[in-house]
Amino acid sequence: MCHCGIIIHKEKNTTYNALGDKMDKIKIGIPKALHYYYYGTMWKAFLEELGCEVVISPNTTKDILEQGCKLANDEMCLSLKLYLGHIHYLEEKCDYILVPRIDNYGTFEQTCTNFLSLYDIVSNLFKTPLLTYNVDVAHKKSELEGFIHLGISLGKGKEQSKIAYFHSIEKFIKMRKKQRIQELKKLNMTNIKLLIISHPYNFEDTFIGNSIKKILSDLNVTAIDGEMITLNENRNSEESLSPNLYWKYNKELIETIPVIKDNIDGILFLSSFPCGPDSLVNELIMRKINIPYLNLIIDEESGSAGMETRLESFIDILENKKTVR
Amino acid sequence: MGDYAVPAHFLLSHIIHNKIIKPKPITSKTIEIGSKYSPEFVCTPFKYTLGTLIEGLDSGAKILIQAGGGCRYGYYAELQEQIIKDLGYECRFYNLVTAGKTDFKRIYRMMKEIDPKFSILKVLYYGSITKRMLKYMDSIDHYIREHIGFEIKKGSFEKVKAEMLHKFKMVKTHHELKKVYQKYKQEIENIPIQKPENPLKIGIIGELYTVMEPYSNYELERTLASMNFEIKRFTNVTYLLFQKHKKVKQYLKEISEYVTYQMGADAMDNIARAKELCEQGYDGIIHIKSSFCTPEIGAMPILTKVCNDYNVPILFFSFDTNTSEVGIKTRLEAFYDMLEMRKKR
Repeated sequence: MCHCGIIIHKEKNTTYNALGDKMDKIKIGIPKALHYYYYGTMWKAFLEELGCEVVISPNTTKDILEQGCKLANDEMCLSLKLYLGHIHYLEEKCDYILVPRIDNYGTFEQTCTNFLSLYDIVSNLFKTPLLTYNVDVAHKKSELEGFIHLGISLGKGKEQSKIAYFHSIEKFIKMRKKQRIQELKKLNMTNIKLLIISHPYNFEDTFIGNSIKKILSDLNVTAIDGEMITLNENRNSEESLSPNLYWKYNKELIETIPVIKDNIDGILFLSSFPCGPDSLVNELIMRKINIPYLNLIIDEESGSAGMETRLESFIDILENKKTVR
Repeated sequence: MGDYAVPAHFLLSHIIHNKIIKPKPITSKTIEIGSKYSPEFVCTPFKYTLGTLIEGLDSGAKILIQAGGGCRYGYYAELQEQIIKDLGYECRFYNLVTAGKTDFKRIYRMMKEIDPKFSILKVLYYGSITKRMLKYMDSIDHYIREHIGFEIKKGSFEKVKAEMLHKFKMVKTHHELKKVYQKYKQEIENIPIQKPENPLKIGIIGELYTVMEPYSNYELERTLASMNFEIKRFTNVTYLLFQKHKKVKQYLKEISEYVTYQMGADAMDNIARAKELCEQGYDGIIHIKSSFCTPEIGAMPILTKVCNDYNVPILFFSFDTNTSEVGIKTRLEAFYDMLEMRKKR
């Protein structure tokens, strides 16, 4: 990679001053959008173990949204617009920004094409130097290799990076397990239970997800996050719904449906406009399941009033159904 | 898809014994049907192909074949099958490509199911003729694009080409094909043209379906030809099937200052082509795609940057099923005037 040379050089400049005293740590910015919601804890653990300071952008604000929309192309999906807004926030607040390029975890575990071009889009639009790693398992570029590469570009050794990677992944798995147990506990509740099928970067985001979370809790509905229930043991259970599906993140979402479908009252499909994979996958799933569902699509102009009405009437239907039963 | 129905029909009619229903050319009816049953914000080729499939079923097709590619296209087949079944059609649906991978064993099994008399030898023989036919067609098209804007008698190129395609349908051997090709090549090269010394040159890049299906780009190439442009276009079937995998590495190297990784579908290729066009002194670039084509959307900010660096104007078109034709024409005319003014300066 062409960046290595520059990065090590710069690191030497910032870490030591002329007398050889240690100065501030390298500051690495992580935008709180898109893959942050999958790998954020891992990145933070990894970078901190290697002695870097991590700057995470705040929750999405109105300003971040506006900046993102200004920078982005109008046909880009809302999630990508938000991502660019977060990068804009981080500019000049850190030495590097971490923008990974995650292509696939195998032939049938691909990601959306936005994730493939993310690094190149950001590097052409912004001036802050980027840190990156590439995951392309179908072409023999594993995640481990990617993280070692990332460590090396920070001037750390191969072994040290490898150990840091394993530590970070351990932490990550522990957190996921805890989340899963918590989420599964919700299945025992007696009120209306709604399975949320939404990418975490939409549902967890303050601009997109928060208002929906609030409306649901006001209506006394338990929201079960489909993404958090996912764990390797229900791998391939989605095949009954869509045998040819090859998007990793959509797979992880819809494979929860057959597993818990008897325990929920309805499904909420939540996607950002115009999400490529969701436009096809959710349509297919809606045609195949016989559980009541609501399909919400959010763009930058969506007001919470319209959503509230739709959600309220949907929950009303579910409640009626439940009392009749 | 455009004239490519000829080689596709040629190959299928020789290797399987079933009756093949030729798709009708796409009309506004096709689009209406397609959009009616498609999800709301799917990319436009989904709507076009769904419309074509349903029209095929209406004219009596029982077996449908769909392919797939490196973006959302790979998932078309599964959803289209479900939509068609939900509409109550009875048919068998075959998907040639899964997850962007072609599995020849699976295709062989599928073909055996469609036609028990299916033989590999025939496929190899007629496949090689088809490959050659595609190559000939694309090279003729390449020539036509560069000269059609300057023909003296309007429509002479198209007439000869239609004749050639008609003859192509009837060939049986490599030798016959070559003879037909040579005859018409000469005929096309002899068509009188009146080309100014330094005409306006324009390159067309973009998403593959929109680039290759003339109906979906509102006959952009024809409009450009009537404005006396010399046109260059890269994407054609020969490129997609036989050259792309070889070119990728070279392209990535050429544009390493802008792009480090592949970007899905043809997005990265288009950036490399834009740079090539800029370097070759083209006067302008037109980028076309269907609305919501994700890989191309990702390429657009980078394309803008490349064109800024080389100071070459670029015009973006995003075609939907209800784009206004007049609007396109107005924008093209303004673009033309601007290019002409720049050239005079």
